[in-house]
Amino acid sequence: MEILGLVNYALFMAIFIAIYALLALGLNIQWGFAGLFNAGIAGFFAVGAYTSAILTSPAAADRIGGFELPFVAGWIGAMCAAALVAWPIGKICLRFRSDYLAIASIGIAEIIRLVIKSEPVLTNGARGISSIPRPAGDLGYMESQAAYLVIVLAVLVAVYFLVERQFNAPWGRMMRAIRDNEPAARAMGKNVEYRRLEAFIFGSALMGLGGALFAHFNRSITPEAIDPMVATFLVWIMLILGGSGNNRGAILGAAVVWIIWSVSEIATDRLPHEYAVQAKYIRLFLIGLMLQLVLRFRPEGLLPEPLRGDRRAAPTERDRS
Amino acid sequence: MDFLELLNFYVIPGIVIGSIYALGAVGITLIFAILRYAHLAHGDLATLGAFVALAVVSGLGVSPLAALPVAIVATAAVAVGIDKVFYEHLRERPKIVTVMASLGIALMIRSVVQVFWGVDTQTYVRGIVRPEDYFGLRIRDREIYTVLAMLLLVGALQVFLTRSKWGKAMRAMSDNPNLALLSGIDNKKVVVLTWVIAGGLCAAAGFFLGLNTELKSLMGWSMLLPVFAAAILGGVGRVEGAVLGGLIVGVAEELSVLWIPSEYKAGMAFVILLFMLLVRPTGLLRGKVL
Repeated sequence: MEILGLVNYALFMAIFIAIYALLALGLNIQWGFAGLFNAGIAGFFAVGAYTSAILTSPAAADRIGGFELPFVAGWIGAMCAAALVAWPIGKICLRFRSDYLAIASIGIAEIIRLVIKSEPVLTNGARGISSIPRPAGDLGYMESQAAYLVIVLAVLVAVYFLVERQFNAPWGRMMRAIRDNEPAARAMGKNVEYRRLEAFIFGSALMGLGGALFAHFNRSITPEAIDPMVATFLVWIMLILGGSGNNRGAILGAAVVWIIWSVSEIATDRLPHEYAVQAKYIRLFLIGLMLQLVLRFRPEGLLPEPLRGDRRAAPTERDRS
Repeated sequence: MDFLELLNFYVIPGIVIGSIYALGAVGITLIFAILRYAHLAHGDLATLGAFVALAVVSGLGVSPLAALPVAIVATAAVAVGIDKVFYEHLRERPKIVTVMASLGIALMIRSVVQVFWGVDTQTYVRGIVRPEDYFGLRIRDREIYTVLAMLLLVGALQVFLTRSKWGKAMRAMSDNPNLALLSGIDNKKVVVLTWVIAGGLCAAAGFFLGLNTELKSLMGWSMLLPVFAAAILGGVGRVEGAVLGGLIVGVAEELSVLWIPSEYKAGMAFVILLFMLLVRPTGLLRGKVL
């Protein structure tokens, strides 16, 4: 019994790590490749989650939906919807320094939160959308979790290889050139705004996919499912700690930070009740402090960005290991 | 709806909330122009100022307005401390790294407020304040204090910036940092001074928001977007622009409920922000674009 519980918990953790790793990979395209500051990760996550929920859930009174499409269609829809939300923001803000994008992305996350709360026709308001089908959800409890973990890992591996390929492709080199020396890249004839928009949209689409995977795992999505600031911030610390610009670093960071975050939750839950509430906020304080310490003492992260992007041409010692 | 009703229910509350935004936006615009990054912890710094004032009010039993100077001094000190401990060593790195650090600071300040004061809403004084009647205009005393304090603080700041040696140094750093450094301006002193001013104004913004509405741990964060919209609307680096921008954003938010559902009132600031970036990124008063 005890062992079964542990296995279930491990499966649960692994699914969450994989979903957060997808978000961190999305952020890596935006921040690691292109130097774009997106502070509205939770907004794109929510767009993806709700889009997939609407597309795949059975019909319900008082709201649109009931399309009952297969989950793959829901996930593709989630990516498209997140990309569609990202497009106008990027179009307007990417002409300026990334500070403006930071502010506008906080704004779009706020607007998305307002829409979710006040458009019950779309999102069923505070009650949220339930009975979202989980792929392989008909199996027993543990088998179903294990099967879903396999699906999520398959998605993660596919995304990792695609993003990694992009990173080593001419596109990735161009993005890093734009990030590190914009005037030089411009002088080489690169369309800087357009390329940044590409990176912003690709990254946001991955965040939408992460949201869809979360909604299908949970089988429901409500406005309170995630705390926007905490979720956004966790993804940031995952990427920075893991190593921005390094896809394996993003995945490693997701695992490390999520394990620290969950274990500390277990620890604080054991405290007597009068301290438990305060301990929750102290955890938030410490995760904020962690970012400051990483920025100060190890800004390159656990796995630094491979500086020779084209590995076939120049394999280094670290790359081979 | 007659004209007086429009003034009483929409324009006057808009000017009051706009004055509060103006106090925050002046700090944002100074940091943006002099230190050259968007300071995302500004809203939560305002929350801290508001709760420091609450601690003084409930601890010493003084009136809220007497607690304001204490909150201003304390928050200015905290702002300088945050800069020394967390931002100073990032100065040589790309500015966007400091923006990221400030997002972390926002989370840290908020959790400190939540640990010490909890998450329940609180007020400085209990009970309902009835507005006085001035020729049909219904205004509360605290609303007059808010607007007057904003004009006073910003007026004093404007005199300081245009007349005093250090104010001129700050403007020089904003206009052309390299030239300012070459002519012997002490960068460190300008940075400290900027944080003292921004932190103090932040505390005032948080305090007046708490006085006119209520205190809660997310009050500052929800003010961040309107404050940035106000700074960009007025023109980054322009103090009088920030005041103008704050008032416009405040009044626009209150008037917006005449046309759109009131749930989306908070979205007005975002619309104004995107619109300005689209058509006139320099702002109404020709500020700078970073």
